[in-house]
Amino acid sequence: MRITLKIWRQAGPKDSGRVATYQVDDVSEDMSFLEMLDVLNEDLNDKGEEPIAFDSDCREGICGQCGVVINGQPHGPEVTTTCQLHMRSFKDGDTITVEPWRASAFPVIKDLVVDRGAFDRIIQAGGFISANTGAAPEAHAVPVPKKKADRAFEAAACIGCGACVAACPNAAAMLFMGAKITHLGELPQGQPERWNRVRAMVNQHDEEGFGGCTNIGACSAACPKEIPLDVISTLNKDLFTSLRK
Amino acid sequence: MSHTIYPEPATRSEEEGMLHGLYREGDPISDAKAPAGPIQGRWSQRKFDAKLVNPANRRKLSVIVVGTGLAGGAGAATLGEAGYNVKAFCYNDSPRRAHSIAAQGGINAAKNYKEDGDSTYRLFYDTVKGGDYRSRESNVYRLAEVSATIIDQCVAQGVPFAREYGGLLDNRSFGGVQVSRTFYARGQTGQQLLIGAYQALERQIAAGTVEMFTRHEMVELIVVDGRARGIIARDMVTGEIETHLADAVVLASGGYGNVFFLSTNAMGCNVTATWRAHRKGAYFGNPCYTQIHPTCIPVHGDKQSKLTLMSESLRNDGRIWVPKRKEDCDKDPRQIPEEDRDYYLERIYPSFGNLVPRDIASRQAKNMCDEGRGVGPEVAGQGRRGVYLDFAEAIERMGRDAVSAKYGNLFDMYERITGENPYEVPMRIYPAVHYTMGGLWVDYDLESTIPGLFVAGEANFSDHGANRLGASALMQGLSDGYFVLPNTIRDYLASGPYPKVDESHPAVVEAQEAVRRRIEHFLTCNGTRSVDSFHRELGLLMWEYCGMERTEEGLKYAIEKIRELKKEFWSNVRVLGGAEELNQSLERAGRVADLIELGELMCIDALHRRESCGGHFRAESQTEEGEALRDDEDFAYVAAWEWAGENEPPVLHKEDLVYEFVEMKQRSYK
Ligand SMILES: Cc1cc2nc3c(=O)[nH]c(=O)nc-3n(C[C@H](O)[C@H](O)[C@H](O)COP(=O)(O)OP(=O)(O)OC[C@H]3O[C@@H](n4cnc5c(N)ncnc54)[C@H](O)[C@@H]3O)c2cc1C
Ligand code: SF4
Ligand code: FES
Repeated sequence: MRITLKIWRQAGPKDSGRVATYQVDDVSEDMSFLEMLDVLNEDLNDKGEEPIAFDSDCREGICGQCGVVINGQPHGPEVTTTCQLHMRSFKDGDTITVEPWRASAFPVIKDLVVDRGAFDRIIQAGGFISANTGAAPEAHAVPVPKKKADRAFEAAACIGCGACVAACPNAAAMLFMGAKITHLGELPQGQPERWNRVRAMVNQHDEEGFGGCTNIGACSAACPKEIPLDVISTLNKDLFTSLRK
Repeated sequence: MSHTIYPEPATRSEEEGMLHGLYREGDPISDAKAPAGPIQGRWSQRKFDAKLVNPANRRKLSVIVVGTGLAGGAGAATLGEAGYNVKAFCYNDSPRRAHSIAAQGGINAAKNYKEDGDSTYRLFYDTVKGGDYRSRESNVYRLAEVSATIIDQCVAQGVPFAREYGGLLDNRSFGGVQVSRTFYARGQTGQQLLIGAYQALERQIAAGTVEMFTRHEMVELIVVDGRARGIIARDMVTGEIETHLADAVVLASGGYGNVFFLSTNAMGCNVTATWRAHRKGAYFGNPCYTQIHPTCIPVHGDKQSKLTLMSESLRNDGRIWVPKRKEDCDKDPRQIPEEDRDYYLERIYPSFGNLVPRDIASRQAKNMCDEGRGVGPEVAGQGRRGVYLDFAEAIERMGRDAVSAKYGNLFDMYERITGENPYEVPMRIYPAVHYTMGGLWVDYDLESTIPGLFVAGEANFSDHGANRLGASALMQGLSDGYFVLPNTIRDYLASGPYPKVDESHPAVVEAQEAVRRRIEHFLTCNGTRSVDSFHRELGLLMWEYCGMERTEEGLKYAIEKIRELKKEFWSNVRVLGGAEELNQSLERAGRVADLIELGELMCIDALHRRESCGGHFRAESQTEEGEALRDDEDFAYVAAWEWAGENEPPVLHKEDLVYEFVEMKQRSYK
């Protein structure tokens, strides 16, 4: 296949950035989207032009490090991560635009690479269970009903990629945060800190400059791990309860 | 596959003391510091003997932890909790993305929740045997002992392991063992365990006990008066070269499988942290032991960047076969009748069948393809490289829904990558590099040969021997990080704080200068070839000659080739961009430079070990039936390599392995 790419290039955080157009011939359907970018980068390097910076690590859809907006959609046209998007989703002759995540809480570092440190800081605010190493009770001491365990698991599947934020017109991080609140809140071990956790995380969320949720649902639709929208209701419910405690 | 005829390998003159023209032998290692006495009591004894640091003094002590995967994340969090000053580093943008996240299958623990005869001793026994008697008994026993506590710890942190309807934890069995001792969280065990460790770490960051440096790469180790005292790190966003000093340094920087270029490792995995330490005096243990995983999605093209693992749990229900006749290899597998299929693992190993250990399953797949009975597309020059993993029978037996409930996410992943539907057509799999059992040599305390330098997780060589059983790397990472390291490092720290060093110390200045020179060289070399092209070439050499099967002449050939490659790399690499910015080619250049040197050492190690064991199969050492033939008489030791200087042959130190509790037997899975 022959693909035309319109890619966001930005030399650094202070640079204003521009769109550059490239051509990649010889794209095979079996390539992942990132492998196609690798090929382009080899070509640029040969021509003496600096390769395009983009993030990735596991390349199997689990670390959450990759992620760009492709033709306006976070991660691209399929509900998956960018590294798991394959070129068979495109046609010969296609023109594809590629941009970094857009959200003021995710500043661009270079080209397609953004800083998602805000997510870590939200977790620091309370996205954990305070269990010091050692002296944990026997794992079978507290049974967990399978239904709760399954819901906790489903929410825990969030990979922290940030697509939900990129998809949201308000740049809210409610799906990401709701996933963590739900994961820990469903488990007996998560109860003691439940109400503090939700307040602290929501405060941090707002402080980082993420927007407010207006129930649009674009986040869940873009989420490669299909985190359900109802984690946001859980978050809201918990927040409401916590304010009365 | 017959090996090509090699050009006569150029041998160096047999200088005095040189072996095979490639290395020298040094003093043996006589003491790995494990306490003596009954194996059940050794770890308690060591913990008791290790000096204590009173809580008020801990604040005065500092530790650097490089790597925040399972081993480093758990270690940094625990040391922070204990009250030490911790600085933690990772190259990822968040510690939550370390390569540990990719582990699918599960984590072992001797809980005996199934009452199927499991025990600490059995986990110990299986692991020593599974490692082909090339691991240390004391370490492995400790690992088995600590394993049950890991599960308790993770559950307390909220790790959502699979549960049964009664609310209790579920288990499954994993390749190479006959009990169900593997805990799992669907196909995302590594992710869930890492998130647990990551959250514990973030909690300490918030508490101010751990300072986290993301997108920071350690590029040099600082050794002052013979002790590890700090690191040089490059801020990967600004390019700044930073010096960080401490009382002790922990490396938990993962494995080096990416020396093969194509592997199941994350793209960023590399050997730099441990290799830089090796060059400063830390011995490198058993570099040639590579684990090849039997169930990966086969290579599809020459632009491919990595290989994807299909969880080994698939072998519990899938049946592995190839056509009996070569002529059938390009047929639609569904058109090949039962009597024309060769379920070779079930045929050769009737008692383990599809669940034989990884090294055996991998090598047999290679044998089938070498015989010309591989399936799937032809790979340039290598014939068809794939075998079927067939779920047709499982679907018939359990129903499609049950299969989908158990393996659905893996099936989806397979379909996304290959474009084929595994419910309809058998999957194709082929072995790929997956894990490296070698790493920096450490003693029982996880301390390297440089005092004050500790090594945890996949970065060290310990515990797995020549072959790693499934679900035991996660166990080792967490055991090292949560329980072992925090207990042993205190013995070292109790003698601190060590004399103050500042940035003007000659050893620090020298390390900084070395880093600057390297970076400058890459940016001004102005050659014609990209970093990746060198990496791919190295990978092909390693896979062909130091991969699933190794021969004397192949290894010698590879060593020559790698030396040529190294020369060309340093004179002809092209790295664009600047030093003071995010520069991914520059990052890779530094890593590939180290991988090339490591590749040579791996080949030397593989060459000197004239036996087959675990993940190291020497064609010259096999039984009449083609099984790996160990040579316990001559090779029951750990090979610990010392760096002797640029262009100097490395020095081999042997640590004899003594088996007091498990009798060394020829491994048989027939
Ligand atoms: C696909 C796959 C599936 C697997 N499945 C299983 C399984 O089911 N069960 C099992 O037991 N094992 C499994 N393994 C093996 C297991 O995942 C790893 O061995 C283990 O997670 C390694 O953990 P670690 O903490 O030692 O290193 P890693 O998780 O690799 O962490 C390395 C850390 O070091 C950092 N780092 C590296 N170099 C530097 C540097 N120079 N400077 C700064 N930071 C650096 C990285 O950023 C990272 O934080 C699997 C492996 C793979 C590849
Ligand atoms: S909720 Fe989904 S889209 Fe958002 S960070 Fe998590 S995995 Fe990514
Ligand atoms: S690179 Fe890890 S999710 Fe894409």
